[in-house]
Amino acid sequence: MAEPAIELVGIDKRFGAVHANRDIHMRVEKGTIHGIIGENGAGKSTLMSILYGFYQADSGEIRINGQATRIADPNAAIALGIGMVHQHFMLVEKFTVLENVMLGVEGAPLLKNGISKARAELKRLEREYQLDVDPDALIEELPVGLQQRVEILKALYRGAEILVLDEPTGVLTPPEADHLFRILEQLKSQGKTIVLITHKLREIMAVTDNVSVMRQGAVVATRKTEETTVEELAELMVGRRVLLRVQKGEAKPGGVKLSVENLTVRDSRGVVMVDDASFDVRAGEIVGIAGVAGNGQSQLIETIAGIRAAVSGRVLLDGQIIDITGAADPGELRDRGLAHVPEDRHHMGLVLAFEEYENSILGYQDDPLYLNGPFLDLEAIKADARKKIEKYDIRPSDPRLKTANFSGGNQQKIVLAREMERDPGVLIIGQPTRGVDVGAIEFIHKRIIEMRDAGKAVLLVSVELDEIRSLSDRILVMFAGRIVGERDSDADEGELGLLMAGVEHKEAAE
Amino acid sequence: MSQPFAKLPAWADYGLLPLINLIVAFLVAGLVVLLVGESPIDAAVLMVKGAFGSGDGVGYTLYYATNFIFTGLCVAVAFHCGLFNIGGEGQAYIGGLGVSLVGLWLGNFLPWWLTFPLAILASALVGALWALIPAWLQAKRGSHVVITTIMFNFIAASIMVYLLVGVLKPAGSQAPETRVFAEGGQLPGLGWLLNLVGLSMRSAPLNVSFLLALVAAFLVWVLIWRTKLGYEIRTMGFSPKAARYAGISELRIIIITMMISGALAGMMALNPIMGAQHRMQLDFVAGAGFVGIAVALMGRSHPAGIVLAAILFGMLYQGGAEIAFDMPNISRDMIVIIQGLVILFAGALEHMFRPSLQRIFYRLGRAKNRTAAAVIAGGNQ
Repeated sequence: MAEPAIELVGIDKRFGAVHANRDIHMRVEKGTIHGIIGENGAGKSTLMSILYGFYQADSGEIRINGQATRIADPNAAIALGIGMVHQHFMLVEKFTVLENVMLGVEGAPLLKNGISKARAELKRLEREYQLDVDPDALIEELPVGLQQRVEILKALYRGAEILVLDEPTGVLTPPEADHLFRILEQLKSQGKTIVLITHKLREIMAVTDNVSVMRQGAVVATRKTEETTVEELAELMVGRRVLLRVQKGEAKPGGVKLSVENLTVRDSRGVVMVDDASFDVRAGEIVGIAGVAGNGQSQLIETIAGIRAAVSGRVLLDGQIIDITGAADPGELRDRGLAHVPEDRHHMGLVLAFEEYENSILGYQDDPLYLNGPFLDLEAIKADARKKIEKYDIRPSDPRLKTANFSGGNQQKIVLAREMERDPGVLIIGQPTRGVDVGAIEFIHKRIIEMRDAGKAVLLVSVELDEIRSLSDRILVMFAGRIVGERDSDADEGELGLLMAGVEHKEAAE
Repeated sequence: MSQPFAKLPAWADYGLLPLINLIVAFLVAGLVVLLVGESPIDAAVLMVKGAFGSGDGVGYTLYYATNFIFTGLCVAVAFHCGLFNIGGEGQAYIGGLGVSLVGLWLGNFLPWWLTFPLAILASALVGALWALIPAWLQAKRGSHVVITTIMFNFIAASIMVYLLVGVLKPAGSQAPETRVFAEGGQLPGLGWLLNLVGLSMRSAPLNVSFLLALVAAFLVWVLIWRTKLGYEIRTMGFSPKAARYAGISELRIIIITMMISGALAGMMALNPIMGAQHRMQLDFVAGAGFVGIAVALMGRSHPAGIVLAAILFGMLYQGGAEIAFDMPNISRDMIVIIQGLVILFAGALEHMFRPSLQRIFYRLGRAKNRTAAAVIAGGNQ
């Protein structure tokens, strides 16, 4: 048997009290696609950072092609033929593709020779792996999928034989993701080794040969992908049985609670972000808005929640007009029964520097329940926070803990508890499970269904198509600010994917 | 994953780290003293003795500290809202107008304990109004307060020169200052307070404004951490987006915060005017507004830290004056250098030693764990 491309032997890494990697053993065979799956905080990214030289392991050994090596920094990793495609692209927006690819390996102080050499090499790589990108296009003008291709080209240009991709599909539409997987297959057939880090089970099943499951810093299992199932992997990830399918009954829609009419929103640069959107949300139903990130969903829900100003259109809550001129007071909307779980939990939904109990009243700080004249009634606030902590199983159960020290899932539960416990008539939820672990996802989905069954109108925005499909009673698809289609919850995934990519929209325009 | 090293325990974060910064600042300052041919040890002894060695020394130290507590609180309150008010100098200067009007007029026929509260209100009001304009410009027009408040320092200085030279100066006088206030415009000293600890104060200007400063520090603590307004201010300071989401009006909070900040700076004028000189002189603020920035930084914007940092800076001022007096090679400018070093290390380079300290604590923690493990293992045998 050939030497494995990567062999990790007893890798151990601590950050203070956090044991991020525990005695990790892993073999990645040459010419395979190896998946690493695990919840947020399971230690996947740390492990890859060690492999790429960002961190040093406290103990253990890395063997590349059978050779024990010390990877002191990313340059050493590159020299060993390891390339990394980060979750957040490391590209200079104002540079062209070519300039980005040769960045750091220009070859000489004068660019002239380097450019022509790089151009030739880039052409060869594109031919060999069918990675077509215009070398002279500006990065900022490329769609996300192509930007990712540039990242891959960058790694290949540096001679990568082993390619590590960290959550590569987070920003892609389903068709783009499929295309990426075809590229990965192509690379594999050319003998490259690929490590794919993800938390999406479906991707593991679709593209990998082998999969390692990480939980709490340790590799708990390694399987051949064809010999395992989604259910088994999910159970290994979480450490207990999980319900992957959301259990829900028939929706019993009532009267219209929220009504959006011809809403148009521009951003601060004057670009139209929401374009003439109209829809209703009824009591007792979940309306999901599907779309690739950046197609106006954020602006749409922020406008309805009174945070952003609209150019034109109307929004009615219980038949009453909401002020959408930007002068609205989100506090007043809360009083009228509109609760909002914002997409950006870290900067909008929570103040991370606050203690947990302080966040448990964010937005409701005017409620006399929490006040004693001009003073905060700290006892009442903490008592209330404790109740919510218990009901929503927020861990650790300490209202005095700084919010930044809670995990993503528990932070989200803090926001959900605050907004749901107010018994609002309309609930707007943005990205309910972004950065949330599988165990908490199940809990959050259950709560959202419960809200619906209690007769609330729920407007849901998520870039996870699976989530939209499993929760929503009706699905609206947004593309370039327009609502380009409405489908039932059992709509075909491929069809939704095409709508999200704007295909039908373009045809209609022609 | 974002926390690569162990978190420091609170005592190390708030006690040890500032202490290390301070020691390094003094070591470098010592080198400077050495360079000009004086003994750093003698200088240090002189400084501490000058600042705390006598009743008058303590009186002066706390007198200066009073100024710095007010201006430090002014900067801190704005900090909590994410605003960098560097206009404390001008707000304090113009606040002197409020103090002087009360002192010159009501001081003639009211006792001090009646003029004092009125002067507090007047100085606070004038300081607050001076901060209102930059606040409004920031909230409404997006003009950065750093720019506008520093501009307003110059405007305040010009106005005060004009008033002191042309309007408030008694006829026939050559000095750019008001007349001396009548008895009702003079605050009593705090000699009795120092007597309690066995010190006697003869000429030092320490006065009841010091107590007012301590009360103000306490009230700022209550405001920031115990009131709804403070909650809103901190929300805005940490995350304007979260504030918008929570229905907190940016306009309202910025204006209120800046006015509180300006009021605190304005109240600083009480100390030198009604407390010490009993008249308003040209440039009576003397840079205290800027020292307040360093004090707030060093005190981590916490009133308790600000009081301590203010006393430290009071010591530097008072002890520094003593050094300049006794060591001919060390001029006042040298003292400014030393103060600058303290600001540099304690303020600007506040976090320089944090990573190494964290590494040390991390190692200590691991060593302790290992010993504990060894003890357990030993016990099992």
